[in-house]
Amino acid sequence: MISKQDIGIKSKPPKREFLVTALIKAAGYSAIIFVGMIFLFLLLESLPALREVELSSLLSSRWYPIEGYYGVLPLIGGSLIITIGATVIALPFGVGTAIYLSEIAPRWLRDTLKPLVEILGGLPSVVLGFLGMLILSPYLRTLLDLPTGLSALAGSILLGGIAIPTVVSISEDALDAVPKSYRDASLAIGATEWQTIWRVTLPAARSGVLTAVMLGIGRAIGETMTVMMVTGNAPILPTGLKDLFSPVRTMTATIAAEMGEVANSSTHYHVLFLIGIILFLISLIVNVTASAVVFRQKKSQERILS
Amino acid sequence: MSLPLSQYNLIVKISRPLLSLVIIILAGCTGSGLSAGISSDQIKIIENKGSDTIVNLALAWAEEYQVLNPSVQLSVTGGGSGTGIAALINGTVDIANASRKIKSEEIETALENNSDPYEIVIARDAIAIIVNLANPVDYLTLQQISAIYSGEINNWKEVGGEDRPIVRLSRETNSGTHVYFLDEVVRLGDDENKTLFSQTTLLLPSSEGIGTEIKQNPNAIGYDGLGYVTHEMKVIGVASSPDDPFIFPSAESVNNGEYPIARDLYMYTNGEPEGFIKDYIDWILSAEAQEIVTELGFVPITK
Repeated sequence: MISKQDIGIKSKPPKREFLVTALIKAAGYSAIIFVGMIFLFLLLESLPALREVELSSLLSSRWYPIEGYYGVLPLIGGSLIITIGATVIALPFGVGTAIYLSEIAPRWLRDTLKPLVEILGGLPSVVLGFLGMLILSPYLRTLLDLPTGLSALAGSILLGGIAIPTVVSISEDALDAVPKSYRDASLAIGATEWQTIWRVTLPAARSGVLTAVMLGIGRAIGETMTVMMVTGNAPILPTGLKDLFSPVRTMTATIAAEMGEVANSSTHYHVLFLIGIILFLISLIVNVTASAVVFRQKKSQERILS
Repeated sequence: MSLPLSQYNLIVKISRPLLSLVIIILAGCTGSGLSAGISSDQIKIIENKGSDTIVNLALAWAEEYQVLNPSVQLSVTGGGSGTGIAALINGTVDIANASRKIKSEEIETALENNSDPYEIVIARDAIAIIVNLANPVDYLTLQQISAIYSGEINNWKEVGGEDRPIVRLSRETNSGTHVYFLDEVVRLGDDENKTLFSQTTLLLPSSEGIGTEIKQNPNAIGYDGLGYVTHEMKVIGVASSPDDPFIFPSAESVNNGEYPIARDLYMYTNGEPEGFIKDYIDWILSAEAQEIVTELGFVPITK
């Protein structure tokens, strides 16, 4: 059997290779085609909203769709403030954990901790939402003396927690991929361990760490269930840092809460799709920025090395 | 030392055949269940969806009715009155539950989609105003509740309570209870009144969310169907005007019209119900089914 197959492969290598190449190519292009089609669908469903609702109304700060108030700014603001909060939490904790795992922890501890962190990433978000509702938000209310613990802060903390496993896992891979010779060279010229980590290893893994953070942000901005359960969903336009302690309503929670109710092709329906496209564009911007920064860094690194 | 990893692999190795075993057993169960019961073409399926206020009641009815009529299969889901009516219009359910009357826009959409919603009053419900047990406030007038929810009153001391900020809780806008509360309480039943909920009102996706927050937050005020009130929350006595007596919600005070925040609960069918759907609706309106209404804390319709 094996020898027959061998002969078969040897006799017709071009055809087989062509098939495999074509399949791989199709798989690669399909992702682009899917994204394009989704974008087109969102665009077609959301464009009528721009005709039906005046721009000044869309850019107002009141969201109350059952009475025809379609101001989307509070929703965009809500998503942004929670995502920024989540990033501020996930960045130091995630990268810190990754540095510890990759550079400091002994091998056996790392082999135990990394799968555990990844299990954290697999926690269903509705479970985190429950914890947030029953434990975190009452605790925040008494600790910070807030009117209610259902706030942007509770959302940020939980989303930070959701983003951390992504950040840790990818950053750790990036740090691990830095050649050992870099560290050896640094230690050999008399740098301390900390100086080596901070000045040599981390900068060398910069693009991977940045990708990790961006993916973490992407995970946070698209999260729905948790934020719907813990942020209170009051559409208040955040204007400053103090609004981190008050309730907010995110774009994702709005779509999730209201999409089931709207009549097909109503104004409300089109506006919800418009919110979907705004969300889509924001994640696109985050990703494009990330790859642009990574690309520029790679080029400058190549210059230095050559 | 790759002990944890190998353990992990072991778990995967063991769990895979176990999982397939469970699936096989489950499949066997459903298979035998079908063959032991009635053949599949005799089973009549009724899809029932809508108001979260009614969902427990509809489930209790469905369970009881399926025992009495094994040939009928009822599937009951919640999601909100608007969701149910939208599903009826789109033709995905047979009966929509609603805790508010169908809106004129919904009737228009229905007609466009060749659907003809038919209304049946199935029970009555009182909306209880609830606060934390530690809140010293016992009574509020409708005008005070309206002022609280529209954002005019922001501290409990303005209505005789402690010096605490008021945290307003409401159901999401797709809830029939939300729409009813807006019309009858925030706007005091006045069609000309265009007052809205204060923007700082928390819109919670479930009755559960409101209950959880009320139980632990002494600043909070909320509203919910009487059937959802537990003894871990405090029910407020409500007066229609400052001159009227304060009334607590109960079956009696709803039926004699004294409690001001009470409403009818509805089921909608596509056109006048026929066949086995009519049988089900008729049973719901019978004295036997209305007893379940009382058990669940709602108010039965009295003929």
